[in-house]
Parts: sequence; C-alpha cells; structure tokens
Amino acid sequence: MVDTVLFIICAIVAIVCGFNVVLQRHPISSALSLIGVMSSLAVLYLLLGAEFIAMAQMIVYGGAVMVLFTFVIMLLNAGTEKASSKSWFAQIAGLPLLLAFVGVLAFLIRAVLPPLAAVAFGSWVGGTAEHIGQLLFTTYLLPFEVISVLILIAILGAVALAQKEID
Amino acid sequence: MNFIVISLIKIVIVFAVFMTTLAYLQWVERKVLAHIQSRTGPLRVGPHGLLQPMADVVKLLTKEDLLPPYVNRFFYVLAPFLAVSLALISIAIIPFGPEVEVHGIRTNMQISDLNVGILLVLAISAVSVYGNALAGWSSNNKYSLMGGLRSSAQMISYELPLTLAIVSPLLLANHLSFRAIGDSQAGYYLGFIPRWNIFQMPFPQIFGFILFMIAAFAETNRVPFDLPEAENELVAGFHTEYSSMKFASFFMSEYANMITITSVASVLFLGAWHPLFPAPYSNWVPTIVFLFAAIVCFFQAAQPRRRRDNITFPIFGIVFLVLAAIWAVPFLQTFLVPAWWFASKVGFLLFTYIWVRGTLPRFRYDQLMKFAWTFLFPCTLLNLLITALLVAVF
Amino acid sequence: MGHVPLSWYLILSVILFALGVAGFVYRKSVITVFLSIELMLNAVNLSFVAFSYQMHRIDGHIYSFFVMVVAAAEAAVGLAIILTIFKNRGTLQIDEVDSMKL
Repeated sequence: MVDTVLFIICAIVAIVCGFNVVLQRHPISSALSLIGVMSSLAVLYLLLGAEFIAMAQMIVYGGAVMVLFTFVIMLLNAGTEKASSKSWFAQIAGLPLLLAFVGVLAFLIRAVLPPLAAVAFGSWVGGTAEHIGQLLFTTYLLPFEVISVLILIAILGAVALAQKEID
Repeated sequence: MNFIVISLIKIVIVFAVFMTTLAYLQWVERKVLAHIQSRTGPLRVGPHGLLQPMADVVKLLTKEDLLPPYVNRFFYVLAPFLAVSLALISIAIIPFGPEVEVHGIRTNMQISDLNVGILLVLAISAVSVYGNALAGWSSNNKYSLMGGLRSSAQMISYELPLTLAIVSPLLLANHLSFRAIGDSQAGYYLGFIPRWNIFQMPFPQIFGFILFMIAAFAETNRVPFDLPEAENELVAGFHTEYSSMKFASFFMSEYANMITITSVASVLFLGAWHPLFPAPYSNWVPTIVFLFAAIVCFFQAAQPRRRRDNITFPIFGIVFLVLAAIWAVPFLQTFLVPAWWFASKVGFLLFTYIWVRGTLPRFRYDQLMKFAWTFLFPCTLLNLLITALLVAVF
Repeated sequence: MGHVPLSWYLILSVILFALGVAGFVYRKSVITVFLSIELMLNAVNLSFVAFSYQMHRIDGHIYSFFVMVVAAAEAAVGLAIILTIFKNRGTLQIDEVDSMKL
C-alpha cells in the first residue's frame, strides 16, 4: 500500500518536474525542476532496493552536477530564453512523433518483455554499499580505472578551457 | 503499531531537545563571546538573560515580513524553507546512545538507523547549498548574489576535504551506519585509553579529526570562513533582503547545521556515546559534574556581585542538585549517562566553534580557496592514504 | 496487494526520456539543452536500476554509477564550454552560435 502511494507520488512529481524542465523559459527554473526529478528518482531507487545508488544520485547529481549548473547560470546571469523560429517539420511532426515513441515503447514493455517482477520494498536489498564495492573492485575493476582516467581528462579539459578564457 | 508509537515518542523527544538547544545555543554564544571580550552579554531579559531567546523569537515573529517588489517571488520564499528543512533532517539518524531497554521494550536511542547513514548526511549537506545560493540569486541584489555565489563555491570546495576526512574513520569502522560506527568504538586499550577513533589503532585519527573540524567550520559558513555573510564587504550576504521569520529560518538553519555537524564529528571521531573512563567510574561523572556546578552556584550566592544574585544563584544551585540526583538514579543511568557523554562531546565542540569565533579573524576570499585546495585537500588525501595502508597491512 | 509492477517504473523511465528528447530538440538555450541531456541520462539510470531489480543482480547499479560519473565529467567540461561560448559570443542561444570562426 505504502509502496504504491509512494511510487505514485514520486512518479507524479518526477513527471511534473520533467515537464517543467522542458517548458520553463528561465534556465534556473529548469535546473531546479531537474533537481526535483532527481530527488524523486532517488526515492524510487530506494524503493527498488538500490540504497547506495539513491545516495550517490543525491550526492553526485543533486549535490555536485546541479550545483555546478546553478552556479554557472547565476554567474552568467542568463536571462529568459528567446522564442525562436522552429522548423515547420518540428512544429507539425514533433509532438505526434514523441507520443508515438512513448506509446511504442510502453507497448513493447507490456507485450514483448518476459513477465516482470512486482516491486515490494525491502524484498530485495542488493544494492548495499558493500555489494557495490565488491563488484566494483573485482569484476568491474578495469572500467573503474578507465573512468578515473576519464575524470582526470575532464578536469584537465575544464582547466584548459578556463585558462584560455582568462588569457 | 508499537514501532510507530515508539518512533513518535522518540521524534518528539529529539525534536524538543533539538529546538531548545537551537534556541539556547544562541544565548550561549552571546554569553561566551561577551566574556571573551570582557563584556557581560545579555542580562536584562530574565536572570542572566536566560529568557533572551524567547524575546528574540517574539521579536522575529512580530516583525513585518517584507517581500521586496524586485525579487523572484517563488524562489525568494522557497529558499529559507529549503534551508531550514534540510538543516533539520539530518538529526534523525544521529545516535545519542546505545540500544536500551525500557519496560521490556528494546529500542535504539536514535530516531532511525540507516545502512547508508553517513551518505545521507553527505547528500543532505550537498543539497543544502541550494538554500543559500537561491536566496542570494532570487533577492536580485548584487551583494546577495555575491554572498550566494561565495557560499556555494565555498561549500562545494570544502565538501571535498570533509568527505575525504570522513572516509578514514569509516575505514576503521568498516561500516556506513552511525550505530555500527558508534559500536565499533567501544572498549579500552590497556584498560584506560578509550578506543575512540581519535585514539584508534592502527592509525589514530587525530589529524583526520582536526581536518574534519576545519572543513566543518567552512561547511557551516562560520568564522573564520564566514565569507558569504561578511558584513563589511557584503552588507549581510545572501540574507540581506530577508526579514522576520524568513531571516530567522536562515539563522536557525545555520545553528542546526552546527549541531548536526558536531554530532557527526563526535560519532565519527570522539567515540559517540562511549565514556572517557571505564564503566565503574564513568557512571558517576555526570553526578559529580552537576554537584560541582551546584557548589559553584552556592559559593557565588554567598558573595553576590550583582543585584538579585543572592536569589538567582541558589535557584540555579538547586536545579543542578536535582540534575545530579536524577543522574544518580541507577535505573535512569542506563540511558541518561550515554546521552550525557554524547551531549558533553557535542557541547565541547560547539564551545570550540564559539571560541574560534571569539578569537580568529576572517579569511580573505582567495586565501579561503587556496587553503582548501592547496592545504586541506592534500592533507586529507595523505591522511586517507596512510590510514588505508595501515588498515590493509594490519 | 500493494506491490507496484516493475513495468510502471519502465514506463516512467520512457516518459522522462521522451521529455528529455523533447527538451533537447525544441529548446534553444545551451543550458536547457544540456539539462535535457541530464534528464535523459537519469531516465536511463532508472531503467538500469529497475532491470537490476528484475534480474536480482547489481550489475545494473554499477552501470548507473558509471553513468553518473560520466555525467559529472561531462558537466564539468560542458559548463566550461558554455562559459567560453558566453564570453566569446555573449549569447546562449544555440541558433545564434552558428559561425565556425569569430
């Protein structure tokens, strides 16, 4: 019961905030709506037994990435977006195509996938920090190391870009 | 059903104690600061200004709640709400004592224990940046904006050393839940050195503790890192445009963050609720301390320096005597003594906060950033490296 | 009853992904386009975790963890690029950033 209620609340919040991200004219409203999506997704991860991922979602996405976004938006003091001319194709076919996309995928999920489990909170808690750590440092050790190199490259890239700006 | 009732009782108790501490922390801060600067501090409202917090609350509630016409209304109202609610959440997972048994009901002295407790605290402290940043941005005022930007930059930068300093005690405890971390620090080396994490073998976390506290000062925007609200540069920083209850909520969130982060520090480094001395002696420490306080009060009453001292000090003395008696009851000792030890550690750290505020000048902004990235960050990394190596070897 | 079918999670993920695509295609501000990409990544993460629940394996968690890390790296570089664009051209509209050389 509580599961269903919690899922419905979070799903509604996520979808409303998702629409807000797309429809709001001001970047900061979009960014904050995206934080709303991320927080409700974190709750859904908890329901799915992924407690570590839920917390990582809040720390990495909510805390680091989105703070960076809001910081940049505030720094640039970016105003509201100007409505610009869209191509006739996007105007006519965009929305139907999107709805068709959602419909087809929803149909596929219901029809083609093998029978799916029902989610009960607490029935499977596999995603503890311990399990994730074990898998991360054994099976996925190489990707993990590669990812660390990727981050290093990203840092260097960001510094290089900022450096050029200062000169 | 039982679970819900017990949880509700615990929530009420924790909330009441937390809010009272929040209100009186401000009084303590003003008193301590005053005495550091050879003043007397609040004296007028109630005996020794003890009713000052109430007066402040009444003042803030009855002030006009201004909504400046040029602000971004939605975010302007959202920001203080966000700041205060995020600041009040984390206390829910702080343990104040061991598992206790009252009338056959076993319960933890903690609202709830999470497997990922530490991560939750980190997540909330990461998200609480938005309160300050949004307040600064939505006020539509350049000083507020500067304050908000400084606050978010500072909190992002100091989040890193804070997290790295937290990792080393986690390596020693081998768990992320606060209760397990607290339990792992029970016992004594050679019968008298407590196994708190700052004394814990193989690598005592004393440096980790100092680094954590420095980062915590910055994380809570306190002196010497109170750049976001440096009044001689930025008027009052991100809350310049706020008045009445909205201003009060920023104030509350600052103090709530202080209490939370000192609680986290005492769980992670200072052995949570475990006493400094082995059990046969430590159960009587609270009683002795309260008795001593009562004696001091009676001594002061015997030679009054101010008007009405001969009335107020005996009353304080009697209060302390009652407290001493309560802490001497064997039945209550099982859960009051751990709570007292926990509170005394948190109180000591909070006093350090005020002490530092009374003594240190403010950093310059570039010094602040340079300090974080060139000193604090490498030091915490080194501390983590040594701890990890020693834990792996032994 | 009280159990949520897993397909609801997947459909939620599809809706969020579609919203991300819509934002990516329709919006003209660089920052919002970037935010839409993050929205799509989040939607994919949700389906990773949901499938992970179905299989009772945590490999999906690891993938979503990697996605987060990549998103963080991407945000760092992307925002640096946005800052540079704004400094050089004074605009954040993608259709105004159309010359290869200043």
